Amino acid sequence: MSSWFKRKEKGIQTATDQKKDTPRGLWYKSPTGKIVESDELAKNYYVSPEDDYHVRIGSKEYFEILFDKNKFTELDAKLSSKDPLKFEDTKKYVERLKAAEAKTGLKDAVRTAVGKSLGKDVVIACMDFSFIGGSMGSVVGEKIARGIDYAIKKKIPFVMISKSGGARMMEAALSLMQLAKTSAKLAQLADAGIPYISLCTDPTTGGTTASYAMLGDINISEPGALIGFAGPRVVKEATGKELPEGFQTAEFLQEHGFLDFIVHRRDLKKKINLYIDLIENNPVRG
Amino acid sequence: MEYLDFELPIKELEEQLDKCMIIGEESEVDVSETCKQIEKKLAETRKEIYKNLTAWQRVQLSRHPNRPYTLDYIRAICGETFLELHGDRNVKDDKAMIGGLGKIGDQSYMFVGQQKGYNTKTRQLRNFGMANPEGYRKALRLMKSAEKFGIPVVCLIDTPGAYPGIEAEERGQGEAIARNILEMTRLKVPIIVVIIGEGASGGALGIGVGDKVLMLENTWYSVISPESCSSILWRSWEYKEIAAEALKLTATDMKKMKLIDEIVREPAGGAHANRDKTFEIVKNKISSHYEELKKLSPKELVKNRMDKYANMGVFNG
Repeated sequence: MSSWFKRKEKGIQTATDQKKDTPRGLWYKSPTGKIVESDELAKNYYVSPEDDYHVRIGSKEYFEILFDKNKFTELDAKLSSKDPLKFEDTKKYVERLKAAEAKTGLKDAVRTAVGKSLGKDVVIACMDFSFIGGSMGSVVGEKIARGIDYAIKKKIPFVMISKSGGARMMEAALSLMQLAKTSAKLAQLADAGIPYISLCTDPTTGGTTASYAMLGDINISEPGALIGFAGPRVVKEATGKELPEGFQTAEFLQEHGFLDFIVHRRDLKKKINLYIDLIENNPVRG
Repeated sequence: MEYLDFELPIKELEEQLDKCMIIGEESEVDVSETCKQIEKKLAETRKEIYKNLTAWQRVQLSRHPNRPYTLDYIRAICGETFLELHGDRNVKDDKAMIGGLGKIGDQSYMFVGQQKGYNTKTRQLRNFGMANPEGYRKALRLMKSAEKFGIPVVCLIDTPGAYPGIEAEERGQGEAIARNILEMTRLKVPIIVVIIGEGASGGALGIGVGDKVLMLENTWYSVISPESCSSILWRSWEYKEIAAEALKLTATDMKKMKLIDEIVREPAGGAHANRDKTFEIVKNKISSHYEELKKLSPKELVKNRMDKYANMGVFNG
């Protein structure tokens, strides 16, 4: 056997800071089996170029897409969840929160920010599905409410990007009341005559659909997104029926009259701002 | 009369009492003393059982087959003056959501509420109290109509949830509930909400935003039913009792968290043990709260209501 197979020095000699990790997620495989390089995917607005599959992304990516040069000021960044019910299922809620924070680097399932989009101020609240399934608890409700307050105070259009499994069970009825809280704020926004754009992304279900996601002056979505009140599994179990093809997709919702339009992510920034210019009767920005 | 497991000692004593009275009627023996003792024991047992109910037992009571439903309340409270109104002016008349006008004393009220059935046939007709989007839109139509004429709104809540059906999704169940919630936060007339049975999630809140939200003692109100919570978080239906505790869904818990305004005590043995008294209690509560709320201007009313909901939530920072 050749000697160059033999380790000359004992043990591993590489210092920790010299170690090279294999980069994770170098490739992305879309559900139809198309493979794309991560860099290329990011350049293409996280849409798989071959089949137009819109990959699930979070607030970091949406802010990057919508705010000019990715410049924005985050609002109420420090709000974080408490465990008022001392909730415990197979795991303690406080531990779930800790784990979610460690995994995602996020404080909770929504981030709100103000910044310029095509040169004009806009407030964007964007949910992160990676944080306990984008579930809506007290923090999500409060941050959205404060974001709307900010939009009213400064007379800036409000954009909500939903991506959520629904209300957060571990805060039980407190989560439920966030539906009323955010809706009350949206009523104030509407009374102030400020445009509200609701973008429903994959997935938008449960309490989120039963409140702010469906209350936009326009409700819009991305191709193929799942949007519904009861999840498809629940509907199937409750009715015992086969679900129609394309049930609860963005296209299905548009067909039934609940979405104004579906937009490819590359056109998102342009389309949102076009609506704002049109509804505010301002010159259309280029 | 039907009995839940934990009510069986009551059933036994009631049967003893019946027998005792029959003996008294049919024979010469004086049984009045024995009957009196059984009655006393019955009252004590009832009190004892109902004093220490678990969260799950309250959930069971909220679904008690003999518990009064929405129309029972309205008919008892308004008598001949109740005029039921139908339809959402769009798709159909949802039988799981009822509504109409009625009087308490000299005052007209607009009532809306989910309706359950009392036997197999009517349960199907009422879709087990699970409304479709047209039910929520019917409720909103009636509330807006009440607003137009300055009539206060009373919502009676008793639902295992909004119906999770294919057509419900096609017609926008989420949108219907969301629209109701938003419009109710700014409705310019007083809204009094009473949870009379089950208060399940968005299906309940879809007619549940109010100036005063009351819960009867043996009802529950939460984001999900204990059974569904158990199946999602524990991946089994077996943990419903634990889920019921964890969700803090009783009237006492809800009051403690300041998510409701008042707990309404039920007669001894629960609403089903003395329906007439229950109707009387609820009727008086509606009147007394309206007397207070009518002192506020529409502007104050809406502001207070919005502030109340804006303050709900517990967080750091």
